[in-house]
Amino acid sequence: MSNTFQNILTEMGSWAIPFAIILILTVGFFRKVKVYEAFVEGAKEGFQVGVRIIPYLVAILAAIAVFRASGALDLLTNGLSPFLNLIGYPTEAIPMALVRPLSGSGALGLMSDLVATHGAESFVGRLASVMMGSTETTFYVLAVYLGSIGIRRARHTLAACLIADAAGLTAAFIVCKIVF
Amino acid sequence: MNIIWFLLFAVGIIIAAFTGKMDAVTSSALGGAKTAVELAIGLVGVMALWLGLMRVAEKAGMVNALARLLRPLLGRLFPDIPHDHPALGSILANIAANMLGLGNSATALGLKAMKDLQSINVDKLSASNSMATFLAINTSSVTIIPATVIAVRVSAGSTSPAEIIGPTIVATVISTTVAIITARLLQRRNPQIPGGNGDNNIPDLITSNKNQNDSTDSRDKNNE
Repeated sequence: MSNTFQNILTEMGSWAIPFAIILILTVGFFRKVKVYEAFVEGAKEGFQVGVRIIPYLVAILAAIAVFRASGALDLLTNGLSPFLNLIGYPTEAIPMALVRPLSGSGALGLMSDLVATHGAESFVGRLASVMMGSTETTFYVLAVYLGSIGIRRARHTLAACLIADAAGLTAAFIVCKIVF
Repeated sequence: MNIIWFLLFAVGIIIAAFTGKMDAVTSSALGGAKTAVELAIGLVGVMALWLGLMRVAEKAGMVNALARLLRPLLGRLFPDIPHDHPALGSILANIAANMLGLGNSATALGLKAMKDLQSINVDKLSASNSMATFLAINTSSVTIIPATVIAVRVSAGSTSPAEIIGPTIVATVISTTVAIITARLLQRRNPQIPGGNGDNNIPDLITSNKNQNDSTDSRDKNNE
């Protein structure tokens, strides 16, 4: 993956928002939308959304914080590592894989640790980097997205998301095994 | 969700009793609650900015035009969303923002998409099939450039910080594919019962959308 490609995409990232703003406002203006009034009318809902997600976020973040602080993850890691070691999965990377769907900042912290301790070009460092980039903080996203519209029964959403996470973490391992 | 949420607390507190980490658990519970409010409030400004811009885009007909354009592509993923519905436009806006790694802006656009999906939901208290598919795609990560990961690698003295981009994209494509298939398979085992109108005290933000009844019929068929 060349640096040019990366630079182009990074550049796109910094242009995206200004471009979207000017495009929307220009088209709106010339189609005779009262842009200022429409903006304010839409924007006033921002606060309600922020307030509405609070109970959902408190519920999930408090539960995750308790779980992480209890040392339950260490127990899980110890339980899982003999099996995962069989397929060559490094023990050091297990806590990060387990934390990833629960906490974005927690996973980023663990990933930074792994990269710093083992080196960015070590297998563990690369695996942690790929796992971090190819998955999301599922529980946070579900709480915010479903909470913002007052949904309480997620139905199959959580199961589908967690299975996809497991697939992503497994794929990260297999791809790293093949590429590096 | 009920089981998982209960287990996070129950397992955490029981294990803490054995590991002697009760104090840490106490402060984490309170700290988690505090973080939640800070995150929610932190979203308000970005949320307002994007909801404002999206309202302008809607009034200018741009969201609907985008939805019509995407119908052939996204329509297959979201068969329950009626033709020309703005939900397709805002779903694309969210996915595009996520691909570019735009953080809170992506979240704001995603919440707009959820609001649009809620307007055609047959039970306002439970997630629709389209919502489940959308969230599964969203949480499987669609990032092209994991900017934060690269930054961490650079600061750790990596000689080729970007070498992980290719593998990351491959892993992402696999997890997103699994997400779409799993959501589709699971929705049949877990049918949604139409009729719920949700809380009457939820502000008009959700229920005011005029076309909320339009799609009830087509959705029922799709649930079979």
